[in-house]
Amino acid sequence: MSGCLELEATLPLRELTLEVSLEIASGERLALLGRSGAGKTSVLRIVAGLLSPPSGRVSLGEETWLDTAAGLDLPPERRRCGLLFQDYALFPCMKAWRNVAYALPAPAGERRWRALELLERFGIGRRRADALPADLSGGERQRVALARTLAAEPRALLLDEPLSALDPATRARARRELDVLLGALEIPVAIVTHSPEEAEQLADRTALIERGRIAVPS
Amino acid sequence: MRPRSPFALFSLLALALALAFLVLPIVAIFADVSPARLIEALGTESAREALWLSLRTTAMAMAIVIAVGTPAAYLVGRRRFRGRALVITAIELPLVVPPAVAGIGLLAALGPRGIFGGALEGTGTELVFETAGVVVALIFVSAPFYLRQAIAAFGALDGRPLEAARTLGAGPFRAFATVAVPSARPGLASGLALAWGHALGEFGATLLFAGSLPGATQTAPLAIFAEFSRPDGFVAALALSAVLIVVAAALLLSVKLLGGDGLGGTRRAR
Repeated sequence: MSGCLELEATLPLRELTLEVSLEIASGERLALLGRSGAGKTSVLRIVAGLLSPPSGRVSLGEETWLDTAAGLDLPPERRRCGLLFQDYALFPCMKAWRNVAYALPAPAGERRWRALELLERFGIGRRRADALPADLSGGERQRVALARTLAAEPRALLLDEPLSALDPATRARARRELDVLLGALEIPVAIVTHSPEEAEQLADRTALIERGRIAVPS
Repeated sequence: MRPRSPFALFSLLALALALAFLVLPIVAIFADVSPARLIEALGTESAREALWLSLRTTAMAMAIVIAVGTPAAYLVGRRRFRGRALVITAIELPLVVPPAVAGIGLLAALGPRGIFGGALEGTGTELVFETAGVVVALIFVSAPFYLRQAIAAFGALDGRPLEAARTLGAGPFRAFATVAVPSARPGLASGLALAWGHALGEFGATLLFAGSLPGATQTAPLAIFAEFSRPDGFVAALALSAVLIVVAAALLLSVKLLGGDGLGGTRRAR
């Protein structure tokens, strides 16, 4: 259990001003549903520490990550907040297992076998673990990226359109697998999606974002 | 490649002309020097000394260029800030400055009567007529070649893997060293090859700033000129030139191959 993830932020974007306020309990899954350009990804980037709003507050349990009033803004590496990028953002020069080993908080000697073990759990065998990201299929890339994100033992998890880069055939299977995986996590999870169907299947509740504001919290 | 249009034929002819012009002087050097003469030239003390000095000073210059230039290029390549265009212009300036002017400039800045000459003297550092002076001159003329390529290589990187590294617990330096540098390696290697090749052939700035003392500051290009200036030294100059070409080509090829620069279209995995 890592505590409740709370966010309040105002951030002027190119075409709109993002004004959001969210709370996600530990073990809860919240889907942020909205059209392209509504500001969904910016919400995740603020929580992860990749975007600094001029005004806002982000905290996880007792720990404050961002408090603009107090001049506090923890860098991403000190938040331990996992972010799965829309296109997975795997390190192109590293083999799949090295991508995962990169995130493991383990002694150097243990990283390889622990990365292989983790990948195995995500259905990536030894042979595929030695492939470069460019040589993996879309589904494999998604699983490697998920394994890498969870290898860092995050205290909150953010997924940016986790299924959008997959072809329709792979997507249905990946959605079921992701649902099972997320169900076992005891941390706050935020899932950005533009598909109501995905939101319904993957999340406990949904918040609709329209033009930078939470329109229908449910 | 079969030309299909008049323009394609023209392009092919232009390429053939460019290649012939660029390769001809290099082929001529080897055509004029027999392998036996090449080995004989290498056997002379002065030639070996000059070549060794060239290798040592260029290696030192490249080590400094890489150590300082890589993080500097990363900053300029990844960030957009006011005055960035001006910074890039300043970095590129030595490329258009004639080597002799570069030598005079270095003397005016770091020479005994230069702006920082007194300060350097105070620390017991001497550059003029010293090997260290050669290294300084080589850095000045070759660093822009590396920096330009490195800035372009870092600038072209996809930023998301770098952000992913940060969310996975890597600080800015670890993300730079383990994600940005390996991803930009082909561009960095290409820049290093250009800079090193330029440093190996540097003449004017070294001559004016550090002089041409055999064993201390007389690098291979300066030794070639010294041989050429002797009444019967043309053949020796030719032989030393051939050796320098071989060494430079081998270095460039090694650097490019180590950088996975796509000579054979290969990708390198870690």
